[in-house]
Amino acid sequence: MALLADINRQDGAPELRRRARLLYLVLILVFGALLARLFFLQVVDGERYTFLSENNRVRIKRIPGTRGMVLDRQGQLLVDSRPSFDLLFVAEDAEEPENTLRQLARYLRRDEKELLAILEENKKRPAFEEIVIGKDVDWATVVAVETHQIDLPGVSLRARPRRSYADGPVGAHILGYLAEIGPKQLKALKDQGYATGDEFGQYGLEKTWEYVLRGQSGGQQVEVDALGRRVRVLHEVTDVPGYTVHLTLDRQLQETAFEALKGKEGTIVALDVNTGAILAMVSTPAFDPNVFARGIKSDEWQALMKDRLRPLSNRAIQGQYPPGSTFKVIMAIAGLEEGVLQPESRISDPGYYYFGNRQFRDWKKGGHGSVDLHKAIVESCDVYFYQAGQRIGVDRIAKWARAFGLGEKSGATLDDEKAGIVPDSEWKRKRFRQPWYPGETLSVAIGQGYLTVTPLQLANMMAALANGGTLYRPRVVDKIESVDGTVVREYGPEKIRTISLKPATLERLHKALADVVKGPGGTGAAARSSVVEIAGKTGTAQVVEMKGGAYVKSEQLAYFNRDHAWFVAYAPAQNPKIALVTLVEHGGHGGDAAAPLAKKVIEKYMELQARPPEQQQARIQGATRAD
Amino acid sequence: MQIDRRLVAHFDWTLFLLVLVFVAIGVTTIYSANYNIAEGHAGGLPSRQLLWLGLGIIAMLTAVAFDYHYLDRLAYPFYGAMLLLLFLVLFVGHSGGGSQRWINLGFFRLQPSEPAKLAIVLVMAKYLQNDEPSQGLRLSDLWVPFVLVGPLVILTLVQPDLGTAIILGIVFLSMILMGGLRPRSFLYLMGAGLACLPIGWHFLKSYQRARILTFLDPDRDPLGAGYHVIQSKIAIGSGRLFGKGYLHGTQNRLDFLPAQHTDFIFAVFSEEWGFVGCLILLVLYFALIVYSFRLIERAKDRFGGLLVFGMVAIFFWHVVINVAMVTGIMPVVGVPLPMVSYGGSSLASMMFALGVMINVSMRRYTF
Repeated sequence: MALLADINRQDGAPELRRRARLLYLVLILVFGALLARLFFLQVVDGERYTFLSENNRVRIKRIPGTRGMVLDRQGQLLVDSRPSFDLLFVAEDAEEPENTLRQLARYLRRDEKELLAILEENKKRPAFEEIVIGKDVDWATVVAVETHQIDLPGVSLRARPRRSYADGPVGAHILGYLAEIGPKQLKALKDQGYATGDEFGQYGLEKTWEYVLRGQSGGQQVEVDALGRRVRVLHEVTDVPGYTVHLTLDRQLQETAFEALKGKEGTIVALDVNTGAILAMVSTPAFDPNVFARGIKSDEWQALMKDRLRPLSNRAIQGQYPPGSTFKVIMAIAGLEEGVLQPESRISDPGYYYFGNRQFRDWKKGGHGSVDLHKAIVESCDVYFYQAGQRIGVDRIAKWARAFGLGEKSGATLDDEKAGIVPDSEWKRKRFRQPWYPGETLSVAIGQGYLTVTPLQLANMMAALANGGTLYRPRVVDKIESVDGTVVREYGPEKIRTISLKPATLERLHKALADVVKGPGGTGAAARSSVVEIAGKTGTAQVVEMKGGAYVKSEQLAYFNRDHAWFVAYAPAQNPKIALVTLVEHGGHGGDAAAPLAKKVIEKYMELQARPPEQQQARIQGATRAD
Repeated sequence: MQIDRRLVAHFDWTLFLLVLVFVAIGVTTIYSANYNIAEGHAGGLPSRQLLWLGLGIIAMLTAVAFDYHYLDRLAYPFYGAMLLLLFLVLFVGHSGGGSQRWINLGFFRLQPSEPAKLAIVLVMAKYLQNDEPSQGLRLSDLWVPFVLVGPLVILTLVQPDLGTAIILGIVFLSMILMGGLRPRSFLYLMGAGLACLPIGWHFLKSYQRARILTFLDPDRDPLGAGYHVIQSKIAIGSGRLFGKGYLHGTQNRLDFLPAQHTDFIFAVFSEEWGFVGCLILLVLYFALIVYSFRLIERAKDRFGGLLVFGMVAIFFWHVVINVAMVTGIMPVVGVPLPMVSYGGSSLASMMFALGVMINVSMRRYTF
């Protein structure tokens, strides 16, 4: 056996024996130390720990970090956190919880049964967990509870900052709202320091910039007495407020845009043509985010969700609409750049165009007569662009549409942006496994058919055209500052791409778009302004396809079947600074319904531009932190 | 192989009885830790622990059945199996509490890092059994053990299981010291260890760092990591001299203690049995360890002595680190209290370790 050799060799292990003796010493010392520690905890300090363990007198009070402010480009306050009080009750701290609640009901002149019902509902919560009896209670309640503290064991007030949106529904979609963190979210975010009862951005900037705005929660480890009153603070961690977010939005421009859309469903987006900064973005109907801040009730939420006018949807980035005639801008560029369209050559428009055996109508009964490219844009001649579309072909149209950012998300840091659809033959093969039919090109040529865009995309298209071909990424956050005012991060303009365009193309487009507003027969005459020269393009997006040859006035249709009205613009026409899109859902003709709104907002912009710089400075200092 | 009657006669009943006492203390405390006043019972964990005791007895008898010299041959295969399991656990492992430590075997979730502790003892005893050089072992004599143990420690660290990794490292260190490491080499090793600390820090998970920082500075995170230690100290301290009585611990009742039936079971025990109870429990561990030291002295050969020493080292360090951690004199690293904390892998491994000791003890008479 192999083992035999081993066994025979052994005569014990003298070194091990020697060292084993040392081990006794180590053992006695270490165990002695452990026992000493236990003696210290249990006998010497036992009384103190016993005291702490009765009713478990050590509590954790979390203090969520104050959420950061949101300011507009002038430093005016858009979103802030104001102090508010929640009314809390710890049943274990009251000897007779029902009695305490009855007392409380009397002081607050509230229904006793209602308060007792809250206690009943929370029967299964962990011991010593606070029950929230009232959120954001009024001042009278605060005073009553403070005054009668002695009679109200277990009842306490907790100060917590509550979100406040200065302009309510204006900008609601872009700013978003908060809600108490849900159980699922909490599970996913526990590692990041969130706790039950914390608020979390659920929509808009509040959601996308949550990590910047939230701040770090602090808290206290406190010793409380048998009534739950604080005896002393054992440890404290100070909370760190969130960062201040400066937006590119202009509060006053926002208000003007919102005012312009009052009573309508639609959206207005304004961009700085040279930076991609979003100056205004409103969507109506809107909702009031302050309702979420105080805790939305279930029926209020249901009403918002079920509303047919979709107040929760941010139409500027989530609405996908046919661009209608505004797409003729892309058509003209594609035709000129591809060398397909000769700007001087004229066609004759009898008011319809036959393709195959189908008649494609012009919006204008009787047609526009003899039309060249300039007139086709100014008067928005459909027949001209039917023919142009046929010659350019859908794939080249799609190429130019995509160059201007259509069919792709702009990448603005906004919540849930949609991409729209720019169809071409490949898209159709993938989507429907069908070839592209030439007749479909004609629909696309006037911005209908499969083609859909978001209003933000159209605004950005106009901005790129206005600045000579640079497509910027739209952005709404300008910079982030810590509470002490140091700039943590600044976001400059970001180019998506430079579109190479012939100077002649740009010149023709600029001239034609200016004449849409000021020229004879221009469809955008309603945007003509005495303050500033505006260039633009109208559009009317059909919601339902008109069958047959009947000319139906939009007003004669059922409301939800009426056309959407578009107006895309930039101004001043000679030296563009602002690009703008106006969409009025079911508004009928773009020239009538959308163009006047664009004019209002652009005029306001020019007025704001003229405001003296000192005044701007004063506003920045005027914005103070309510804490 | 025929079982020698002399072996049965020499079976070490003292050690076996000690095991039963510990498991009894464990099961009753696990019962208390999970006892629900409202429902009047403690759920399935105490009876599951008894099931693990059965598993442990099988492990123990396996360790006793064969002459321990077979372990010399088994050391590397066993080590290889552990390495493989620890590697597998990273990919097919079951996660719990933020780390991936278990392999699901259907009826049982094996935690390979527990038997890995045994593997270290086996390979080290095998490697160190030859007579040591007259001047003691140099570090250069030990490169093989370092290469063998390193991967086990690293695989455990990435699970992450800091507590087990520390146990693996410290058992390894204990064994090379016992095997005759030169004092100067020991100092070199300590120096190298200190130099590596900043690197190790880099690899720790944020919660592990938090625990260590909290220990160094209790005011750092009084609302998170510091809270558990505070609550544990309150539980232990409020037990005072005689304890609050079985099933009467209030800290435990109110769920203020973390991991009450595993790593923090000592706090539950101390609250209910007081200083006197703690004294008895520590004296029992003391007795077990002293008894084993005597086995080292009486071992027939160096291999046997080192085996016993390694197994005792596992016990010793578990008890010391666990008690020090719950009483707040060491950072919180997850280390169970041997044979008392809930857990099948741990109990079975510990009982296998005791089986090895009994084996060495029994066979000191055979020739």
